[in-house]
Formats: sequence, structure tokens, C-alpha cells
Amino acid sequence: MTLSVVVIGGGATGTGTARDLAMRGLDVTLVERGNLTEGTTGRTHGHLHSGGRYAVSDQESAVDCMEENRILHRIASHCIEDTGGLFVQLEGDSDDYFQQKLEGCAECDIPTEVISGEEARRQEPHLTKRVKRAIRVPDGAIDPFRLCVANAADAVDHGATVETHAEVVDLVVEDDRVTGVEIERQGPNYLGEGREGQRETIEADYVVSATGAWASQIAEMADIDLEMAISKGAMVVTNVRQIDTVINRCLPKGDGDTIIPHETTVLLGANDDPVDDPDDYPEEQWEVDMMIDLASEMVPITAEARMIRAYWGVRPLYDPDPDSTKASGDVTRNYFVLDHADRDGIEGFCSIVGGKLTTYREMAESATDHVCEMLGVDADCRTHEEPLPGSSDISVLEDQMDNFGLRSPIARRSTQRLGDRAAEVLDTEGPNPTVCECEAVTRAEIQDAIDGVGADPNGIRLRTRASMGNCQGGLCSHRISAEIYPKHDAVTARDALDQLYQERWKGQRHTLWGRQLSQAMLNHLLHATTMNHDADPAFGGPSVDYDAFDAGRTDPITEESHGD
Amino acid sequence: MAIESEVLVVGGGLAGITSAIAAAREGADVRLVCHKRTSLRQASGLIDGLGYVPSRTDPYDADEITQRRKDFRTVRSTRGEYTGPLVTPFDGFDELPVSHPYSILGPEALRDGLALFDEMTGEMYLGSHTQRNALVPTFGGTIKPTARYPRAVEAGLASDSRPMAVVGFRSLTDFDARMVADSLMRAGVPFEVTGAEVEFAEAFGADAKITRLAKALDHDEPIDGTPARQALAEAVDPHLGEAERVGFPALLGDDYTTEVRTDLGERLGVDVFEIPMGPPSLLGLRLEDQLYDALDAEGVRFVTGNPVVGYETRADNPHRIDAVRVCHKGREVPYSAERFVLASGGFVGKGLDSDRQQVREPVFDCHIPQPEDRYDWFVDDAFGDHPYARFGILPNESMQPLGPDGEPEFENLYAAGSVVGGADIAREKSASGVSLATSLVAGRAAADSSR
Repeated sequence: MTLSVVVIGGGATGTGTARDLAMRGLDVTLVERGNLTEGTTGRTHGHLHSGGRYAVSDQESAVDCMEENRILHRIASHCIEDTGGLFVQLEGDSDDYFQQKLEGCAECDIPTEVISGEEARRQEPHLTKRVKRAIRVPDGAIDPFRLCVANAADAVDHGATVETHAEVVDLVVEDDRVTGVEIERQGPNYLGEGREGQRETIEADYVVSATGAWASQIAEMADIDLEMAISKGAMVVTNVRQIDTVINRCLPKGDGDTIIPHETTVLLGANDDPVDDPDDYPEEQWEVDMMIDLASEMVPITAEARMIRAYWGVRPLYDPDPDSTKASGDVTRNYFVLDHADRDGIEGFCSIVGGKLTTYREMAESATDHVCEMLGVDADCRTHEEPLPGSSDISVLEDQMDNFGLRSPIARRSTQRLGDRAAEVLDTEGPNPTVCECEAVTRAEIQDAIDGVGADPNGIRLRTRASMGNCQGGLCSHRISAEIYPKHDAVTARDALDQLYQERWKGQRHTLWGRQLSQAMLNHLLHATTMNHDADPAFGGPSVDYDAFDAGRTDPITEESHGD
Repeated sequence: MAIESEVLVVGGGLAGITSAIAAAREGADVRLVCHKRTSLRQASGLIDGLGYVPSRTDPYDADEITQRRKDFRTVRSTRGEYTGPLVTPFDGFDELPVSHPYSILGPEALRDGLALFDEMTGEMYLGSHTQRNALVPTFGGTIKPTARYPRAVEAGLASDSRPMAVVGFRSLTDFDARMVADSLMRAGVPFEVTGAEVEFAEAFGADAKITRLAKALDHDEPIDGTPARQALAEAVDPHLGEAERVGFPALLGDDYTTEVRTDLGERLGVDVFEIPMGPPSLLGLRLEDQLYDALDAEGVRFVTGNPVVGYETRADNPHRIDAVRVCHKGREVPYSAERFVLASGGFVGKGLDSDRQQVREPVFDCHIPQPEDRYDWFVDDAFGDHPYARFGILPNESMQPLGPDGEPEFENLYAAGSVVGGADIAREKSASGVSLATSLVAGRAAADSSR
């Protein structure tokens, strides 16, 4: 009989664990309360760490980062942009710390190269003239959405079941053993199965909580006391890519001093401030202002950039020794597999907490090793060797440029996103127009995403980047809605529009000045004035007495004839 | 040497042109200067008067911004009441707040503004035969009330009970005609609507611009050997069913649109209409052409492509504007006048500018009432009662911008259009009406006082 495991959490760690378990022959069900990446994974900085950032203060994490960085280049190349990184020392920044950083990197096997301020500015011309020198490190940018989807897709290919929009509302505990989870559906899963409010119990031989910042809440369902040291960070998104390298400030305290290029944008962030509830914490103006101010100390031109939105994420930190830790920034980025049998006397259940996006695979491997040990399964991990779907054949990316009737910049962007799946996704009947112009996303990609996630607009967005550019959905959210029809009915398609439009608004509010405020007004005029979606009688608007209005030339009570 | 006129209008959109014509008709010598022409490329081409009065919330009572996930359905259901759709624009005047331009100017300003618009556009627009609003189908699949509509839109009105077909093109992404039809039925329209997505002009490639398709229909270009209009009629004909009128996205020609529409109507044997679209909006672009023709006919001199970069006041009177400085290829030229009309637009037209600290009017630095904290500029519902949507100059009944002390900032400055605040034009469906009413008053006041 195949042993069954439920993995809770559809972020990088959860999908990575589901993939690893499925590859080792276990019967896996992954449950996620929203869409994949809805928690911390979808709200990270997308920083593929070299480990340089932790090379002085947290060397264990630094070593893990560098090892996994190398592995991810092999297995997830289509999710990575190899930008390289710089730790920049500005006038007045400590020479001692610069030296410590270099030595720490050497100790952690992180390759470095010291370059002069002039050379740094040749590489990144927008760097401030105040830069004295810099350390080159192998940092990069990683797309957490593609990464997570690729892991989930491969898990499914290995026989796993993925249930999205399935919130765990209870753990089934019998005789001090977790024997399953009770879920409540928040809506249909990605296959369109199930409905909102439906409850189901999924039995399992073992349950893994890969819920990160939400781990306390899940543990509490088995009366386990698990205190997390979660902290929030704000990230601000610009609409231009003014740098091509990850820029870090070479200072001991890491608060909002990293700039990361992603696709056509740059992300500024992130502060590190403790919060209590991962679902409810203030998103504050000072955080947005601080990210812009700190980034512009290193790259002054960022202050002039158009900011398109801001978002917040919650770090899933766990502090094994809270008494000796001073501030949130000092909490280790190391990860921990907490065996609740050992720790709390509850069998069949573990939580995986802490860690970084960069180390997600190793975390998944450790969690899977633990499950296999507990269940007596003898199988080796292969996730560090077998490429993720889309990453296996690099040449496909180059070959697809002019196929499928796409203009080449669009083809290039599509194939970058899709990797070696490009041929399969883009080979469709009928025209393939661009749906999202800002991010160059075509109909075929949107349709492929709808097949993957259903009518969930945020799922479509995360898979394709549609609506994530300058206009923030103003010019494409209704187009995405139109693509959802007729696979789904008009009400579902319209709900998807409202949901996406509101979600995009949520992040834009924080950058509502300058050109983004002009864009917001333009969006408002298009959706409220031209489409009248705010007062639509079919969706909550006031009802209409059609007979009372002007009927044009057929109007029986026309005061004056206006025929042709 | 300074360029002189009695009235100088800054801004070349609907408001600038209307105020210039209003002033010229009072006998004033008028000049108009603008940077870019209109933002009508972005506008539907409908002339809204007042369609709704949405309920207002206290702008300083915005919800605390939290991470809590909000169900969009809850957001939708707690938006507050709308009065409307209003049968006539004037039905809602009593409910508007005192700072609304309609409250300040009274209903006559809108009435006269619409009448001037009717004269400026002649046969092109309809709706003046009645005070009542018309309900026009939107490409978002519902209806909206408007005061004046292009002739091209007329056969689509929702109070007309004839069965309707809506056509979409597979290569265009803005709507799915079947979904529009389904949604219009849900909105309760008093007729049957069917929708069809047809294959047309796909030979132009997947990302052909709407304006390119319009040109092909204008000139009846052959597409794969078949003239464009015939090809379109053949694609649509099998889908008409019982429909007595058929709606297309607004791309039926640009320069020869009446001809294209008539030709299609004859081929199909039903009335043909256009559905107003987003940018690039052909209905908006056609209106822009018509407005500039009207400006020419009125004898108003105008220069476009030159931004106004500053102003000068009289040495002895800082409240009297002597001239504005206009940038001509890097050189600043003073344009002096007796009176000035500021019709530079709102946030979209760049007549209002902002940074992290404040919202500004960049030409004369007019007072823009605003909450100090930028997190009080908006509310959490994307369609809520946003203070930013109402930002702009607060005018008196002569459309003179008022300073923080409630007194006119300048003796000889008037404001018109979206640079004026107080109206929630998007939710009220009042954008063009506010523009016409304020322009009429500003233009007349600028001319009268210069006699």
C-alpha cells in the first residue's frame, strides 16, 4: 500500500516538498488556502541569494544559500536571471565591515571580486558617485511564481494531487497522532472541482505543515504551541529597469537596502519589522518612503522613477533562542524541521519553518527526508538533479523567437516565461493577439493559464505576469476577463474582473503620486466612465427603468424629429 | 516681442476649445495655446451630463490600511447607494454637494454648455431633442446614461426595444461579444441580445491597431482579395438571426465613417451602430477633429505643441497676470492677454501634477484643496469615493480659482474643465458636462470682463 502524505501550504517550500515526496513514490496531496504562491512566496523580493548578505552574521544560512544557488542554476534556469550582485561601499561606510564581508564570503565558499568605484559605475552607470568600491557576488533574480508553478506541475506529473483554494480548518488528531486534515473550500480548485464552503476530510499517514508564517496557526489546531518570529517587509516596484545587477549596501544592518532588477521592473526593499498576525498588519507610508529614500542613496535615479505599486511580505522566521536575539533583523535565516512527536508528543506531524526562497529546495529535501524516515521509506532525493519542467532544454528558448506569429520582443518574453513549454502553449488555432501590452502577454498564454488555474484571475496573473506592468490592469483586466469567457460563464468572468481590478488597486494605493496617479485616474475613467462597471445594474448597481430614457429615432415621445 | 490677445486660453481639450469658442462668440479676440491636443483619444466620445449621484463618504474617514484580504464581493456590496440612473442630468442637481461645479454654477450653465456643444458638432451628435439621458451599451457589457451621443451610436440605445446583435472580432481582445450580449441581458435590457465573435481582418496580423482596421474600411481595401466592407458583411451576416440592429466595436471607419456604416447597413439589411471603446477611441478621435474644425470656423488662432512653462504678473499687482511664458523650441515667448482661461486638464491631461508630498497645478500654482497625508487621497474600494478623483481648483460662480482664503487668486484668471475640482466625474458620469458648463462660464466671463 502506498503511504499518503498531506502537505499544507502552496508556496515554494510546500510545492517543493510535494514534488520531492512524489518523486520518492509517496501519495501526496498538497492543500493551499488560496492560489499557489499566495502567502510569502508571492510576496518576496525574488532575490536569488549568493549568501553574501549573511556571510558575516549568519554563516550557516550563507553556506546553504550558495549551495542551493548553484543547484537552482541547474534545475530551474528558466526561473533565474543571472544578474550578478554587488555589495557597494559608499563614502562613510565602514572599511572594517567591507573587510569582514570579504572574509565571511571566503569562509562560506562564496566567490567574490573587489572592484573600484569607477568600475562599479561602469557596470551600473546609475550608481551614486559616492560609491568607493564594491564586492561582486553571484546574486541573481528568481521568479518565485514560475518556480512554484514548475514544482507543483512536476509534483502532479509524479502523481501528486494539488488542491488550491482549500483552507485547512482543522487537523484530525486521534490518540496524539495527526491522521489527516479537514479542509474548507474557498472556491473551486484549479480544475474547477468543488464549491465554496464545502468541507472535506483528507486522511494521511503523515502531515507536513509548510505554511511558514502561518505555522503557529496550523500547529495550534493540534494544541501545539509553536511561536514564530515573523516580520514584515515592504517592497516598492518601479516601472523601469534602471539597473541590471542586484545592488546591496555593504553595511551590517540590512533594512531596505537591496535593489533587484526583475523583468522590466526594479524592486526596492525591504525593511524588517516584527508583526503578530501574518494576515493583519499595517502597511505604512513611512515604509514606502523609507524604501525609496534608502535605494536612492545607492542609485539616486530611483527616486525619479515611476513607482507602480508596493507590496508587503511576511518572513517565516523561527527563533530557536529568542532570549538572546536583539532585533528582528538578527533572527537567523536558517530553517528548522520541527518534529512534533519529539517536541510536543504529537505523532505524524512536522512543521518546516524559517529559511529563504533560495533554500526552498533544501528545506523540502530535509522535510521529505524526515517524512521518509518516520514512515520507513527508503528512497533518495533527486530534486537537485532533475530539472524542473520548462528548464530542461535551453535551446528551445532561442528557437521559438519568430514562431507562432508573435512579434519578436513578445516572443522573447513569452519564451522566457514558458521555457521549453513554449511550443506546446503557443501552438493554438486562431489569432494570438496581445492581451496585456505592458508585459507582452498573448492570448495563448492567458488561455494556458486558465486551463491551469481556472477562472482565478490572480492565479492567471501570477503565471503570466499579465496586469503587472505600468497600467496595473487598467487596460487589460477586462481583457483577461473576456478570455475567461466562455470557458466559464459571464458572472464568473465578471467576478474575476472585479477581483483582479481590486487586487491591483490594493498595491497601487501606496504609490499614488506622479504618473501613477495619472494612470489611476485614467483607469478609473475607463472602468467607471466608459464601461460603467461601478454602477452596473447586474452587479450591485441601481436598477434601471429603461422606458424612461431617450430611445433615439424610434422614440415615440421624441420632442423633435432627428432622422437621417 | 510679446504675442497679444484679449483672451488667452491655456489647453486644447474639450474645455479649452469650448471656452475659446464661448469667449469668441462674445466678441473677444481669442488665442489658444496648448502642449498636446486633447485627451479625447482616451475618452469614449460620449457627452455625459450627469448620470448618477453616488453617495459620499467622509474623505478623512478612509479605512485603516491593513493586509487583511478583502472579499471583492463585500467591497462591491458596501459601496453605498447611487441615485440614478438619472432620467435627466438636472434631476440630480439638488443632491450634489455645495462644492460641486454644478452647484456653484447652476443648471443653466450645463444647459447652455450642451447647447454650445450642439452648435459646435452639428449633425455629428444627437440627443438634443430631449432633456432625457440616453442609455448606451458599453463594451463592459452594461449600459450607461449620457446626454449627447454620436450619431454612430444611436441605433444601439437600450430604450429602443428592437432585438440586437453584438459583433466582436477574434483578433481584438477588449471584449468578447458573446459575454457582452449575456451581460446586457443580465442588466435587464428590454430586448433580446445575441453575440458573435467573427473572423475579420486577421490577415493584418494579431496586433493590428484599431485605427488600421478603420482605415481599411474607410478605403474599402481588399483583404485576401475581398473588399473590406464586403468581407465584414459576409462574416457578420450568418450571425444576425432575428436582430434588427447590430453593434460593432467603434472602428467602422475614421474619415468616412458615415459611409462605412451606411454601406454595412445596406449589405446587412439592419441598422448598424458602434459601441464606444477605450483607447485608442475612434469616437473620441473623430470628436477631436470636429472640435478643431469648429475652432477654425470661429476664427480662433491656436498653436499646439508648445507647453506653457510660467507666467508673469504686473509689477504693481501680483494678483493680475500679465503674460504666460510659452516654450517654443527651448525659447520662452511671452503671450500677454487681458484675461486668461486655464483649461489644462486634470491628472490625465497633466493639468494637475503630484509628487509624494502634494498635488499641484503647475502653470499658475493655483490652490488645490487636499488632505495633507497622501494616504487620505484614496479609499480602499477601487470604485469608492476617492478624494483624488475630486481634486482640482475650487472656483467661484465666475470660474475664478479661489485661494486658501476663499478669495480669487488672480483678478483675470478663469478655470475650466478637469483642472476644476469638486466633481466625481467618473462615478457621476459627468465628465463632459462639467467640462462644457465650466468652459461656457469661464469663456464668457473672460470675454465680458475684457470689454
